[in-house]
Amino acid sequence: MIDINEKLCDYCGTCVSVCPVDCIELFEAKIEIDNDKCIDCNLCVKICPLGALEVNDEN
Amino acid sequence: MKTNWDVIVVGGGPAGSMAALESAKDGASVLMLEKDREIGVPVRCAEGVGVESLKKLVKVDEKWVKTKIDKIDIISPDNTSVKVKFEKKDYGYILDRRIFDNDLALLASQSGVTVKTKSYVHGLTFSDDGFVNGVKANILGKELILNSKIVIGADGVESRIGRFAGLKTALKMCDIGSGIQAVVSGINIDPNTMQFYVGDKYAPGGYLWIFPKGKDIANIGLGILGDRCDSGKPKEKLDNFLDKYFPNCSILNYTAGGIPLTKTLDKIVTNGLVLIGDAAHTANPMTGGGILSGMRNGKIAGRRVAEAIEKNDLSESFLKQYEKDWHKADGKNHERLYKIKNFIVSLTDDDFNHIAKKVSAIPIEKRSVVKVFKIVAWRKPSLILDIIKVF
Repeated sequence: MIDINEKLCDYCGTCVSVCPVDCIELFEAKIEIDNDKCIDCNLCVKICPLGALEVNDEN
Repeated sequence: MKTNWDVIVVGGGPAGSMAALESAKDGASVLMLEKDREIGVPVRCAEGVGVESLKKLVKVDEKWVKTKIDKIDIISPDNTSVKVKFEKKDYGYILDRRIFDNDLALLASQSGVTVKTKSYVHGLTFSDDGFVNGVKANILGKELILNSKIVIGADGVESRIGRFAGLKTALKMCDIGSGIQAVVSGINIDPNTMQFYVGDKYAPGGYLWIFPKGKDIANIGLGILGDRCDSGKPKEKLDNFLDKYFPNCSILNYTAGGIPLTKTLDKIVTNGLVLIGDAAHTANPMTGGGILSGMRNGKIAGRRVAEAIEKNDLSESFLKQYEKDWHKADGKNHERLYKIKNFIVSLTDDDFNHIAKKVSAIPIEKRSVVKVFKIVAWRKPSLILDIIKVF
């Protein structure tokens, strides 16, 4: 699962551009990750210019 | 609101506006949808363009232009500065894209295009024979299905419209720059010089830029190649740079964004759909500059789309002519630039320092591309092989 830090996110869509399964929905000032579709590749975490995405291992 | 259109353009950036404008020229009904509340905002761009190339695309309005660029200054990791004066034909502008993008959309609307902001497209519709024939969208809060003969995906680097139609648009990590930029004021810089800081020290696999918008204000940003990026690294590098070089500066704006650094997508058309601009990966793979190539690409696509509407042939095989036109105009050249980019990203900080020292020893008026090439080739003999493969 990926956690989104809304305080850091700029809704720039860089994460969307690299997502291999297109599981990130980007609005003007909101992003949503579909955890059912997500394959935990974590490319979105790695590419985020702002460090706004984090892997959540709790589940 | 009217629900049947000839053409629906998704995305209101420069590529979208050019394509909308061009496809409306012969009387097609064209709708352009922008997801954000205002065209041109936020500006996720360093705003640099070549003067001559811009003039070929559109009549330039002085109010778009913040500064004129006649020199570049490339700074190596050990702070060796290499200045190069442009010939007149290579002069650049730093634009104000907030005004520029707005005016391009205005030009489109004056040519008969209907423009809507706060319009988010979240899906496509398909005919029984699999042709894209419309979009599912939320327009100013209303869920609507809008029908079209052709959809133009100009939705930027995210490029989801293409994915909705089954095209593979996701960028590989080695082909994307993770970018960040601040509009910085309260500084003292030469308003006519673009600065580039190269090497891993500043931006691994990319570069840091200072593009002046005046003598005391600039776009300062950097891009790190995806496969050398870690979460938040671009922000960390930029913040460190600003702390060191401009500790008391003001930050008027702070944005992030992905930069496609690759060849044009292999497939940019399908039945009833074309992709343009960053969505089709048309930015210059070496520099990441995407304004002019996106505009040229949008114009070329718009022309073929207008023809397709006129002939009522919405098939992939007809629309493929746009792909061919583009390949001739810029696409083929981008394949070369892509190879050069892959060479440049192989250079180490030591390579950059060595090359910068040698080049800076040549008097500025005698610096030429050929001389720089010779120095680089001595340092990296493999370059000769790479270049032979390219040309």
